[in-house]
Amino acid sequence: MARKNREAPPEVNAGSMADIAFLLLIFFLVTTTIQTDQGITRKLPPIQPELDDPPPIKEKNIFTVLINRNDQLLVEDKLMDLRELRQAAIEFLDNGGDGSCAYCKGARNEASSDNPDKAIISLQNDAETSYKAYIAVQNELVAAYYFLRDRECKARYGKTFRELEAMFDDPKTKEAQRNRIEPIIKDIQTLFPQKLSEAEPKRN
Amino acid sequence: MSKFKKKKGGEVPAISTASLPDIVFMLLFFFMVATVLKDNDLKIQNNLPKADQVTKLEKKDRVMFIFAGKPHEKYRKQYGEGARIQLNDRLSEVSDIRNFILSERAARNPELEKVLTTALKVDKDAKMGLVGEIKQELRKMDALKINYTTTKGSVID
Repeated sequence: MARKNREAPPEVNAGSMADIAFLLLIFFLVTTTIQTDQGITRKLPPIQPELDDPPPIKEKNIFTVLINRNDQLLVEDKLMDLRELRQAAIEFLDNGGDGSCAYCKGARNEASSDNPDKAIISLQNDAETSYKAYIAVQNELVAAYYFLRDRECKARYGKTFRELEAMFDDPKTKEAQRNRIEPIIKDIQTLFPQKLSEAEPKRN
Repeated sequence: MSKFKKKKGGEVPAISTASLPDIVFMLLFFFMVATVLKDNDLKIQNNLPKADQVTKLEKKDRVMFIFAGKPHEKYRKQYGEGARIQLNDRLSEVSDIRNFILSERAARNPELEKVLTTALKVDKDAKMGLVGEIKQELRKMDALKINYTTTKGSVID
C-alpha cells in the first residue's frame, strides 16, 4: 500500500544549537590565555675547579658593575644612573684601545678596554639586591651587546643581528637558509663576544 | 493579471539562523585550539619584572619552570613571610631543585635534554640571595641554559 501523500519528516530545530555552542565558546574565551613566555636568555658558567693562578686580566679590560643592597648602581667605582649604563657599556666594549679592532668606532682610549674580545663586564650583586634591579641591569648590558652586534651585522650583511636571530629561530625558515645564516651569526658573535661574568653574591 | 504577482502579503521572511551555529562553532574551535589551561596554581606572589631585550620561549616541551617569591597571603600563616620557591605545585626548598630537574629530565625526550631551558619566574621584589642559590643549584646540575622570564616593558620606571 503506497503512502503517497506522506509528509517529509519535520525538520529538527537547530535554534538551540547556537546556545550550546555559545556556552562552550564563552567557557573557552574565559579560560584562554594567548601568550608565550618571554625573557632574557642567559647561559650559566659550568662549575670548574678553582684555578691556582687564574689567567691575568688587565684591570682596564674589566668593566665592573656593582648593585648594592639598596639597588644603587656603582659602575667602575662611580655612582651611576641606570639610564646611563647602556651607553657606558657600549663605550667600554667599543673602545678598541690597542688598535687591533678595525670595526670598533669607539674613542680608542688607552685607559679603557683593548678590544671587544678582551673586554669583560663583571656584574656583582649583594644578597639583598632586589631581583627587579638585577634584571634591569642585565637588560641594559644585554642591550649594549645587541646594539653593537646589530650595528656590525647591518654594516656587513645589511640586516640586523636581531632579525637574523629571529629568522634562525623561526621554525618556518627553510633548512638551506638556516645553514646560510648560521655562519653569519657565529661570525658576529665572535666579533662581539658576550663576556659577562657574574660573581657569586657577597654575603656580609 | 500579472504573472508575477505576489501570492501572499508583503511579509518579510524570517532570517534563517541555521548558519549561526556554524559561525559560533568556528569561533569555538579557534579558542579551543588557542587555549592553554592553567596547569599549576601558584602559591606565591609572582609579579614578573619588566625588560625589553627579550627572546621568546617558543617550545613549551623544552622548558621547565621554577617559580620564586613570597608566599601568597592565604598561605602566609602556613609557610611564613620569607620568599620561597615553587616547583610544580608545591612550595619547596632550594635543595629540592636537584630532584626536580632529574624528574623533569626523565619525563622528557632524551634528545631534548641538551636544549632544556630553565625558566626562572621570580617575583620582582625577591632578593638576589635566593636567586643566587637557585642558580648555584642549577650549575651543580649542569642545567646551564636559563631564561629570566619577564614581561615586556621598559626597565626604567
